[in-house]
Amino acid sequence: MRTLAILLLTAAPAFAEGDLFIYTWGEYTPPDLVAKFEKEFGVKVHIDSYDSMETMIAKLRAGGAGYDIIVPGDATMQVLIAEDMVEKIDVFAMPNFANVDEKWREVYWDPKREYSAPWAWGSTAFAVDTAVVKGDTSSLAVLFDPAEEVKGRINMLRDMNDVINMAERYLGVPRCSENPDAMKRVLELLETQKEWVKSYDSETKELLVSGEAVVSMAWNGYSMRARDEKPTIAYVYPKEGYTGWMDNVAVPKGAPNLDNAKAWVNFVMDPENAAMITNYARYSNGIKGSEAFIEPALAAAPEINPPADAPAPEFIPTCSPAATALIDKVWTKLMN
Amino acid sequence: MKLHRLLLAPSLGTILIFMALPIALTTLYSVLTPAQHGGVIWQPSGEAYVRLMFERDIFDDTLSFNADYLQILGRSALQAGFATILCLLIGLPTAWFIATRPPAQKSLWLMLVTVPYWVNLLVRTIALLLMLRDEGPINGALQSMGLTDGPLPLAYNNFAIGLGLVSSFLPFMILPLYAAIERFDFSLLEAAYDLHASRWQAVWSVILPILRPGLIAGGLLVFIPGIGSYLAPDILGGGKTLMLGNLIGMQFQGSRNWPFGAALSTVLMSVTLIALILVARRAAREAA
Repeated sequence: MRTLAILLLTAAPAFAEGDLFIYTWGEYTPPDLVAKFEKEFGVKVHIDSYDSMETMIAKLRAGGAGYDIIVPGDATMQVLIAEDMVEKIDVFAMPNFANVDEKWREVYWDPKREYSAPWAWGSTAFAVDTAVVKGDTSSLAVLFDPAEEVKGRINMLRDMNDVINMAERYLGVPRCSENPDAMKRVLELLETQKEWVKSYDSETKELLVSGEAVVSMAWNGYSMRARDEKPTIAYVYPKEGYTGWMDNVAVPKGAPNLDNAKAWVNFVMDPENAAMITNYARYSNGIKGSEAFIEPALAAAPEINPPADAPAPEFIPTCSPAATALIDKVWTKLMN
Repeated sequence: MKLHRLLLAPSLGTILIFMALPIALTTLYSVLTPAQHGGVIWQPSGEAYVRLMFERDIFDDTLSFNADYLQILGRSALQAGFATILCLLIGLPTAWFIATRPPAQKSLWLMLVTVPYWVNLLVRTIALLLMLRDEGPINGALQSMGLTDGPLPLAYNNFAIGLGLVSSFLPFMILPLYAAIERFDFSLLEAAYDLHASRWQAVWSVILPILRPGLIAGGLLVFIPGIGSYLAPDILGGGKTLMLGNLIGMQFQGSRNWPFGAALSTVLMSVTLIALILVARRAAREAA
């Protein structure tokens, strides 16, 4: 209903020369970065925020939203390119593109980096309270075959894809599986685990810090913030694998201030500017040379420096309709 | 145009834009085809309604009965029903108490009923969760008094959802009941006793008929928002069980099936509407 209401009420903000309209996640754009850009380019930056990719896509689909910059995740970026909803701005040819780390150049969602620049990236795995959870925590068994003191104190993210991806890794089932028998095993595992789950909630920091949960699925940056408040919280890079994600800076089709938008895209690929993003949002950026400008405590944080033996993060494209239907079914049955 | 008709224009316009149009759009979307990444394709389809009760085999397209969504509907109705009964049990004595106070006190009591509602529902729901959970003050107090050894499972379950619904909707029961009782002429009760009515007969034949409009209004005002509630199951239930509102929300987010979400909304609205019409008809028949 809300999405419909958004469709109905979408109004185009007024624009003029010397403006830049950014549409992004809340608390994600450093104010000092904005101030620096405004000063350097004499442009007034306006920021509007969304709470989910679905909200953003719905607003773009409705047309005429008047934004110059959006910050989609990797899978969403792929969809936006496929559906011709973003401008081809040839990011690879921009002056600051030389700063982009090689591993973020040929990415599945934008293989030639024609449409998007890296903003920040992170991972989705889990965190434990080491004051309660003792011993080896490097396996997903901590969540799916929990010790006595963990039972009933597990929190899972309220996101069907993240939860199901994690269960699939524990069982050795591939992501976006279209095999009903494999997905049935995923459901059985999650139903067994549900007995020991306290909540499916994305407020992971608060749950860990208050002690309601002693094991919780978590994003690395948010887990770092939990550790700031409770030093015994530790982020785990499980040996079975974990999800990586990257948010990207792109320009929606029909952006009213295309030149300013391109200037912003180039601007955020500068090492000093990218470091501002990391210092503010506490996620890694994809820009070489930014390390020099990152706060020392942050640069050394275990949450953004995986141990040497940790597997590489897995980036997951949007699943096929058949796989999505199975995921939906597993989640509906799990919640019944 | 006569002036008195013009007076209606703002409210009619509001209803048209904020009620009729969204309902029409919802109904329209429910009979379209879902687009892969959310949104709809402008192609008529009855699939969303078929899906309410049947599931399609992904290999041979055969339909088989699927009770998952009916169960969710059933659970929502049950939760809302329990909440309505609890609200009635708490609300009736409260309303009676307030209605029988001297006039000067009545408004004070009525205001006290509304005090919790000066705070936003989301804030109240989260506050309730913080009180109920393991590390919350209720469990803390029980344990420090030595009444319980470990925390009682008060939060993240159906009990918490029920409590959330009752605390959200209690005034909607109290206020209509109060209005009904307030109009009650207590000399009628004396007349009943003078005519040798038993206590039970007096309740059944005198009080109940007068209370009925209040009971019906209060029951509907609690049950209808209860069955579609989103926040209580989402926050107090810890996202562990879906109620109808959450199932609908899910279709517009992760599941990306707008037509099915729209179909669920349409069914919920239709069921509510039919129930309302039945109640209104019965009330009209009894009044006649």
